[in-house]
Amino acid sequence: MANEELNKAVSGDYSLGFEIDIETDVVPPGLNEDTIKFISKKKEEPEWMLELRLKALKKWQTMEEPHWAHLSYDPVDYQAISYYAAPKQGIESLDEVDPKILAAYEKLGISLEEQKQLAGVKVAVDAVVDSVSVKTTYSEELQKHGVIFCSISDAIRDYPELIQKYMFSVVPMADNYFAALNSAVFTDGTFVYIPKGVRCPMELSTYFRINALNTGQFERTLIVADEGAYVSYNEGCSAPTRDENQLHAAVVELVTMKDAEIKYSTIQNWYPGDENGKGGIYNFVTKRGLCKGDNSKISWTQVETGSAITWKYPSCILKGDNSVGEFYSVAVTTLAQQADTGTKMIHLGKNTSSTIISKGISAMKGQNTYRGLVKIGSDAAGARNYSECDSLLIGDKCGAHTFPYLESKDTQGQIEHEATTSKISDEQLFYLRQRGISEEDAVSMIVHGFCKEVFSQLPMEYAVEAKALLELTLEGSVG
Amino acid sequence: MKTVLEIENVHAKIGEKEILKGLNLKLEPGKVHAIMGPNGAGKSTLSKTIVGHYDVTLTGGDIRYKGKSINDMEPEERALEGIFLSFQHPVEIPGVNNAYFLRTALNAKRRHEGKEELNAAEFLRLMKSHLEMLGMKSDMISRSLNEGFSGGEKKRNEILQMLILEPEVIILDEIDSGLDIDALRAVSEGINKMKDGKRSFLVITHYSRILDYIEPDYIHVLKDGRIIKTAGPELVEQLEDKGYESIEEDSAS
Repeated sequence: MANEELNKAVSGDYSLGFEIDIETDVVPPGLNEDTIKFISKKKEEPEWMLELRLKALKKWQTMEEPHWAHLSYDPVDYQAISYYAAPKQGIESLDEVDPKILAAYEKLGISLEEQKQLAGVKVAVDAVVDSVSVKTTYSEELQKHGVIFCSISDAIRDYPELIQKYMFSVVPMADNYFAALNSAVFTDGTFVYIPKGVRCPMELSTYFRINALNTGQFERTLIVADEGAYVSYNEGCSAPTRDENQLHAAVVELVTMKDAEIKYSTIQNWYPGDENGKGGIYNFVTKRGLCKGDNSKISWTQVETGSAITWKYPSCILKGDNSVGEFYSVAVTTLAQQADTGTKMIHLGKNTSSTIISKGISAMKGQNTYRGLVKIGSDAAGARNYSECDSLLIGDKCGAHTFPYLESKDTQGQIEHEATTSKISDEQLFYLRQRGISEEDAVSMIVHGFCKEVFSQLPMEYAVEAKALLELTLEGSVG
Repeated sequence: MKTVLEIENVHAKIGEKEILKGLNLKLEPGKVHAIMGPNGAGKSTLSKTIVGHYDVTLTGGDIRYKGKSINDMEPEERALEGIFLSFQHPVEIPGVNNAYFLRTALNAKRRHEGKEELNAAEFLRLMKSHLEMLGMKSDMISRSLNEGFSGGEKKRNEILQMLILEPEVIILDEIDSGLDIDALRAVSEGINKMKDGKRSFLVITHYSRILDYIEPDYIHVLKDGRIIKTAGPELVEQLEDKGYESIEEDSAS
């Protein structure tokens, strides 16, 4: 089919019974019903899913992009984006990759095979035999325990009853502008279901990492932990990823039933743009967990070092009595990065408790905002919250801002909030240097000390990556 | 006479104000030199100048360590070469584990000297042996560097660092301030343990109290940015009795 016709198609010139050629790998820019139909067909989705997508699109079309965050960026032209592209074309060898990215892989200690995958080098299947077999072993082990761990597209086809029950149950399709957009156009993502009483036998991370290449612009993740189940899920990885999409709008929904626990860790290192704010990813994410059952727990840990713009508030709705929500965050903004991030803890059940530990680090021209809401409902007798928001400034061109919001309908609720802003002082640096520690090592030592409470929440291997990543991110931002 | 550190006609400013005005001082290997002087004479500026503190601008003269000028050396290089300052007010660094910090510092020095680095277990053994001697609790291993330490704990921690890093020139800036008698004893014991006939000490102090515990070989009187008198330990008594006003300037200073 000629491009011209396609253009006409998506611009609405052909309104009657037109279908986009299914053999096409990329749809032209623009977003309308035909685009959605195309995506749904490409994904071989059932009719009900297409209907949900179209409903989301309709809602999105009536909504406006929010601008309450402490962020400034050029407007996004949603009609200039292509909403479906087949997996990216691989490149022939690592020689074609930006040497800066390779240097970063080197410093993060990423193996050559994995470097190739991350960078998008075409690798013959037998060359990654190791990873493939590892993956197979994983799947067998998981199957034995009845754990479902698959792509969201597979889940829509294979487990429609679970998807219909839980998708949009935590983040409604029209929850916000970016969530509605995602609901209409999502193409990638993960589904996890842990059955009753099962403690997931492994961290669900390596698998995802191997598939990092296929994670896309509009990811959608759904994790359900049934009664008494436990899972620790690690998203993303510290390696910088080659990505040409500027807008990312992901949605993550977590559900925990009675006595269940989900621990969700993220390392986000998308392209941050340059020091003048040119380029870089716009990262607009909606992450929310529902502690549906009594005594359940959801814990978010995030290390955010990438993206030009970050708009992200992983939240917990504490519905079950005695349920627990946690948010541990390190957000770094350097170069000209801006982050507006934080959490919402909504206490609905009795004796619910939440903990918020947020560490913002700003360097160069970075702007870092913590925005958090603690809401205690009228039935949430005995609810407790502890919040700690600390900011660390490196240099004098960066900024830190804190916006804690509090709504309490229960007079007995206990809420504690502490906030500090500090600078890496010359005095601290000098002290360490007088003991023979180089200036660069001294800075990273002070920064690690600052982030300690959050890093200690990460799975061991991840914590090591996070530390290395932090060092790399702040390299050259002092002096 | 052998000299390990030689300060020759040093002029130094803090901000716009000249504090050191042609200071001369020689430290001999294995000796304890005490610097005494009234408030504002430039005692702390002298210690800062030697370690290359960012507050100080050297405007004239020369500081030579083992015969080499260190005027242009970075603070960490001076430290790696063996110059140690026990700070008057050690700064708190939250979240940085005390043992981790000290091991990093020691291994930086060992690398610099071409020695093998110590692993965590080896280092802990070393640290524990010193903790006991200084009467420090074992939680000093895991606590954050100086965070929430009492005055006495901070000073003991400075001495602990000195014992572990084994420097050659040791500057003790008001090590005795804010110490009770037990802490003073423990700190002095640590210092005396380092006296091996090769290391040199520069003890900067307001009071003669510490000098009862660490016997000095020389007393230098610092006044208005210059050393105006150098004598033996007997000078302490005169200072105690008659004060700094009674001191007559050596013609040689």
